[in-house]
Amino acid sequence: MGDANTTISVRDLHKSFGTNDVLRGVDLDLDRGKSLVVIGGSGTGKSVLAKCILGLVRADQGSIEINGRDIARQTESDRRYMTGLSGMLFQGAALFDSLPVWENIAFRLIYSQRKSRSAAREKAADCLSQVGLAPEIGDLFPSELSGGMQKRVGLARAIAADPQILFFDEPTTGLDPIMADVINNLILERVKALGATAISITHDMASARKIADEIAMLYQGRIIWRGRPEEIENSNNPMVEQFVHGRAEGPIKMALRRR
Amino acid sequence: MNIFAGIGRTTMASLRETGQIANFARRGAFSWVSGPFYWRAFFNSLWRIGFASLPVVGLTAIFTGAALALNIYDGSLRFNAETFLPQILGVSIVRELGPVLAALMVAGRCSSAMAAEIGTMRVTEQIDAMSTLAVEPFKYLIAPRILATTLALPVLVLIADIIGVYGGYLVSVYALDFSGPIYVRNIAEFLENRDVISGLIKAAVFGFLIATMGCYYGYHSRGGAQGVGAATRTAVVAAAVVVLASNYFMTSLLVEF
Repeated sequence: MGDANTTISVRDLHKSFGTNDVLRGVDLDLDRGKSLVVIGGSGTGKSVLAKCILGLVRADQGSIEINGRDIARQTESDRRYMTGLSGMLFQGAALFDSLPVWENIAFRLIYSQRKSRSAAREKAADCLSQVGLAPEIGDLFPSELSGGMQKRVGLARAIAADPQILFFDEPTTGLDPIMADVINNLILERVKALGATAISITHDMASARKIADEIAMLYQGRIIWRGRPEEIENSNNPMVEQFVHGRAEGPIKMALRRR
Repeated sequence: MNIFAGIGRTTMASLRETGQIANFARRGAFSWVSGPFYWRAFFNSLWRIGFASLPVVGLTAIFTGAALALNIYDGSLRFNAETFLPQILGVSIVRELGPVLAALMVAGRCSSAMAAEIGTMRVTEQIDAMSTLAVEPFKYLIAPRILATTLALPVLVLIADIIGVYGGYLVSVYALDFSGPIYVRNIAEFLENRDVISGLIKAAVFGFLIATMGCYYGYHSRGGAQGVGAATRTAVVAAAVVVLASNYFMTSLLVEF
């Protein structure tokens, strides 16, 4: 059990896919209302970690406590508990392309909370304005939006039900630097407004520095370093240094093929 | 030794997959029982699977009925039984060709569409996103499709039966000099309820199987465009094969009644 202030407490989390051991004992604690950014190279299991906590992937071993409740076994009620209090912005936004934007944002309200369509639509317009989009955008379909707008709509969808815990999977990947900064600002603003706990996954260091209260680096299935953003320049950790400065040479050897 | 190991592995794999599909079908068909039931998604599926399949099913039926009339006429002429053409045609359409051909057309049209749509949703993380929004993909995506196809196919088959018989009528009356009223009366007097009903029962089962295949292979697709393509292909082939295979077994059961 973490102390009362801890929202998320992960202990010794393991997950393998076939012979590929992705997570090899992750320990992670996160206080309520804090924003943690997990950095690490591609394929180091950042997304898997988030999906385990979120209940989309079942861990092989270890515990995941959310507000003191262990959800690692992922029973039906565990999953309902977790999805009930969290929201996620997916890497590719993952908007439902068969539904207009407003119905994407209001999806949970309509189909899970069974709100009326008109009330849900009002809430969707409100969420759109919170991410800086005009209400008319609601009538468009996701395929008609630019990448940056899709990310914003994805964010609006994630916050529509006022979640306590927010996950951001590569929120700025594929965006130009200016749009990336817009998204970073929105994330900061919305997380603060909700008072939510946030876990972000990124390999964009500018984004990590901006939105993190703390940064943790995942390497070979474990958290190898954790500290505040301003400490990362002087981490005294050769692997963190290599990653932060983006050097091909160093202790981290990039596998050229997938194992 | 390797041959046996290979046979064993393949057998185990196919048995495992059969079990998984059965489990998937059960979950898909009953997940809505504990609520909620998504009416909007259901009617949407009903529209796309049922109503939008009408043209292709109708075309298939009318040409099949027409060709069947020619074949039956030519065959029965050899023992001077050509006056039985309407009866033979009616039974063939209603019991066998209507259900099977409509099911094959719907399998081609809809199981592929389901596999491609659900598969794309899988590889673009839309299914994961749905789970994080506290909506179960089984209830929102799978159950409405399976139920809609199961209910729509008997109706489609009933329409296909009528159109198929009408195709036979056109050829019989305008090419083979049958009398129209006699053609209709012969079929109406000869066909029994159980002929039609057995075809409709088959159709419901076909609909269930077709939707299950489309949803199953889409739901489990992996990778990108290639994975979705493979899922679509497998879904159509699997749907067509299970329709034809189950048709034999159901027919052998239904002729007993």
